[in-house]
Amino acid sequence: MTAILLRKTGPNSRRKEAFAKAKAMIISMKNLNMIFAGFGGQGVLFAGKVAAYAGLIQNREISWLPSYGPEMRGGTANCSVCISDEPIGSPLVTNPNVLVAMNLPSLDKFIDAVEPGGTVLVDSALIDKKVERTDVNVHYIPASAMAEEQGLKGLANMILIGKLFRTVCCAEGDYGFCTEEVLDQAIQKCVPARKAEMLDFNRKAVQLGAEYNG
Amino acid sequence: MSEKVLMKGNEALAEAAIRAGCHHFFGYPITPQTELAAYMAKRMPKVGGTYLQAESEIAAINMVLGASAAGIRAMTSSSSPGVSLKSEGISYMAGSDLPALIINVQRGGPGLGGIQPSQADYWQATKAGGHGDYQILVFAPSTVQEMVDLVSDAFDLADKYRMPSMILADGMLGQMMEPVVLPEEGAKAPVEKPWAACGHENKREHNVINSLYLTPEKLETLVLERYERYEIIRKNEQRAEEYLTDDADLIVVAYGASARVARSAVNSLREQGKKVGLIRPITLWPFPVDTLKKAAAHTKQMLVVEMSMGQMVDDVKLSVDCKIPVSFYGRTGGMIPTPAAVRAEIEKLL
Repeated sequence: MTAILLRKTGPNSRRKEAFAKAKAMIISMKNLNMIFAGFGGQGVLFAGKVAAYAGLIQNREISWLPSYGPEMRGGTANCSVCISDEPIGSPLVTNPNVLVAMNLPSLDKFIDAVEPGGTVLVDSALIDKKVERTDVNVHYIPASAMAEEQGLKGLANMILIGKLFRTVCCAEGDYGFCTEEVLDQAIQKCVPARKAEMLDFNRKAVQLGAEYNG
Repeated sequence: MSEKVLMKGNEALAEAAIRAGCHHFFGYPITPQTELAAYMAKRMPKVGGTYLQAESEIAAINMVLGASAAGIRAMTSSSSPGVSLKSEGISYMAGSDLPALIINVQRGGPGLGGIQPSQADYWQATKAGGHGDYQILVFAPSTVQEMVDLVSDAFDLADKYRMPSMILADGMLGQMMEPVVLPEEGAKAPVEKPWAACGHENKREHNVINSLYLTPEKLETLVLERYERYEIIRKNEQRAEEYLTDDADLIVVAYGASARVARSAVNSLREQGKKVGLIRPITLWPFPVDTLKKAAAHTKQMLVVEMSMGQMVDDVKLSVDCKIPVSFYGRTGGMIPTPAAVRAEIEKLL
């Protein structure tokens, strides 16, 4: 990673070598750019943080950028998460290859921006609408209803995380970067010690999502 | 080496300042900087330091002035409208040769503006914060790790040259989380400050900290002395990062958050074999004139990208001395340029 930072201070030969290396590294880029979006309180920022931590544990380059504007205060919240092998340029995701939508305004806002071939996770208990695009992989998971039924109130976000990691982050393919054990470590990092009792509920939610077919 | 942790830019700035030996923070809340002050409020009591939320920005900066005059490593942080209020105090500190760190997590302006990220305070930071002939050191980090690293440098250089220094960040950098490695706690020895007005039990002459000189001859002499120091800083402290500039036909010049956007645009054009590069000023004052001058000798043109209507572009033009064309692209008011838009702008020029 540091090879890509070229400063005028190094000796000439080292600079040239670093330059060639930096150019070669660009070609192998596969960036995972995700948007997690929903109402304030659904835990979209937390879900993004878990994904970012998984990237950190895997020693990838990562960034997490929340919305902090009036939309957050008035209701909807979202965050951009980038996971990559290269230093991350703009942390603001404009064309995600993963969209996790937990309410209709979020789905409407971001669906057209998703890259063709990208993955969209929809909380179908709250979003009563099918995605019209046919060039993206859509998973409909009634996460909020599932959480309610299983006594996991407020953990629909983690049900979606379970599905996301099973289908994208831990799957074979361009964007797979970790295992489900890594996801578990990430959750341990993100659940504060004073809420240790929440750890098992989070795990249960992740499991539910991972095993859901939809 | 300590562990890599995920931290918000604002919190990382705060922790880095504490680890750089700053145990006195005076502030006043403002979005998008508030997490910095909130973090200080939690952490300072644990290290035996002082966190004080003042009644206003003006009060906060003058508390920093007082602490600094007593020889203490002190800081404040704010966002654009708050920094305008602090500018009077910053001028007084420059006029009294006092070191301190001021952090500006910029938001859209003018006036109360908005709360989204902006870089429209470049002129304020580098040219005209308060009144009078003076400069402050200005650092422009573009990652959370660099924020941490520059906090320590900003304090050290402020002490070395006895002048205020500023970290010019923005809402994006303040709010985002990235992995960081923090320096060890307590690694910094306090700097000796024989000039400080800190009590001496009549063992030496009084130290006087003052910016009022009614004799113009005296005031001019002091300003000239300060400018000799500025000249040394211009020679020794310029910093910039160059990225893929060696063979570049076009070089983008951008700092902070917009440099990240520009880097994405440069990467995507390089994938197509387009010869473009990036120069990222890390010090905005002193401006990295030497890097730009050298680059101007081998590249054909430059494009400056800023989250403003075009402020740093002036310094780029002055640096390259009109030898090559310099264009500008910017968004303002809290809008963040997209890599695609910067890329389109570059393609228009190539």
